[in-house]
Amino acid sequence: MILLHDVSCAYDGKAVLQNLNLAFPQIGAVALTGPSGTGKTTLLKLLAGLITPVSGHVEGLNGKRVSMVFQEDRLLPWRTALENVALFCGDERLARETLVRLELSDALDKRPSELSGGMKRRVALARALCYGGDILLLDEPFKGLDDALKIRVAKQVKGAFPLTVLATHDMAEAGLLGAVQRVEL
Amino acid sequence: MKRVRTALKKAGIALLYLAVWQLLSLAKGNEFLLPSPVSTLKSLVSLMGTATFYWSVGMSLARVAGGFLLGTIFGTLLGLLTGFSKTAGELLSPLKGILKATPVASFIILVLLWLNKSVAPLVAMFVMVTPLIWASVDAGVRAADKNLLETARLFKLSRRKTLLHIYLPSLLPQYLAACTTALGFAWKAGVAAEIIAQPAQSIGRGLYESKIYIETPELFAWTLVVILLSMAFEKLVAALLGRIRA
Repeated sequence: MILLHDVSCAYDGKAVLQNLNLAFPQIGAVALTGPSGTGKTTLLKLLAGLITPVSGHVEGLNGKRVSMVFQEDRLLPWRTALENVALFCGDERLARETLVRLELSDALDKRPSELSGGMKRRVALARALCYGGDILLLDEPFKGLDDALKIRVAKQVKGAFPLTVLATHDMAEAGLLGAVQRVEL
Repeated sequence: MKRVRTALKKAGIALLYLAVWQLLSLAKGNEFLLPSPVSTLKSLVSLMGTATFYWSVGMSLARVAGGFLLGTIFGTLLGLLTGFSKTAGELLSPLKGILKATPVASFIILVLLWLNKSVAPLVAMFVMVTPLIWASVDAGVRAADKNLLETARLFKLSRRKTLLHIYLPSLLPQYLAACTTALGFAWKAGVAAEIIAQPAQSIGRGLYESKIYIETPELFAWTLVVILLSMAFEKLVAALLGRIRA
């Protein structure tokens, strides 16, 4: 279990999460929903260990390997798709396989500036999948993908990690990843 | 075809400048004040017939290369230091101010007092180049994309790889620009320092002597040499750095 005890977070001096108490299972998929600005991204970054709470504490993350797809693609503009994935996961063969699974075999040697929005999104997804770990955090991961592609990509993501936490506006996306638990922020 | 046309265009522009120069010198009608392109070229040819010319050019080139390299190395190290460490930035900020604001001539005279005339130009160039490179590296490090750095942190990218794959590519464009600018300044500061310090073999000494003997065509010839060398040097460095970029 990952437990949040009375957690409050601030971003740029502004309170984003206040006295939040939450429990995440070890295994499964959880959807974080709610309108923009309610702190979904902040909560994901908290789980990623990228920010520390102003007060309260988080339990159960020690020793966990956390992978993430950020709200932005965050690819290195000066590296190809393959290099972008391989650099972070450290295994070029696995990086290539993962990109091919996400239907990017034609994009391997292209730089982000040559890719469409949906392709960049999938490169970011491939990077997170290739890195692996115990927890996968997804911040609007299917942005820019059409519905048919979304379904095929979701199949590759579903169950790839013991725990998946997804921030989305779209409950259908949560369903695609098999999220049973829903947290409304 | 296109290359031929650009070459012709460049030659045309050069001829235009030469024509203006020739006309101005004809209008002035005094070779001591404004020598014509022809007499400048004549002096250059006669200069090139002496061994001293090649020694002077060679030594000046070596000094410029040395001063530029030294300044670039120190500037890069200082830039990395102050870019990454706030404390270092605060501690070294007065030094940066001093380096930027002190007239190069003051440094030259000081070095003449402390050391000898052969090193003075080197120090002058060092003083000129260091703050330029320093500022560009410092700004480049700070300007690295915060999102990419956070991503590197999440994926536990090593320090070495973060430096190599995130910081370096983001500071490279302005670093290259700073190197080119710094090289131009190195030449100017170097020759100025040679005029003040007058090391035995140097372009600066050649310039100084042409002033003493009121050999204005020779002064122009030396200046032409500096311009040509500076341009060639810049091309060379740009080619070398361009290779790093690719």
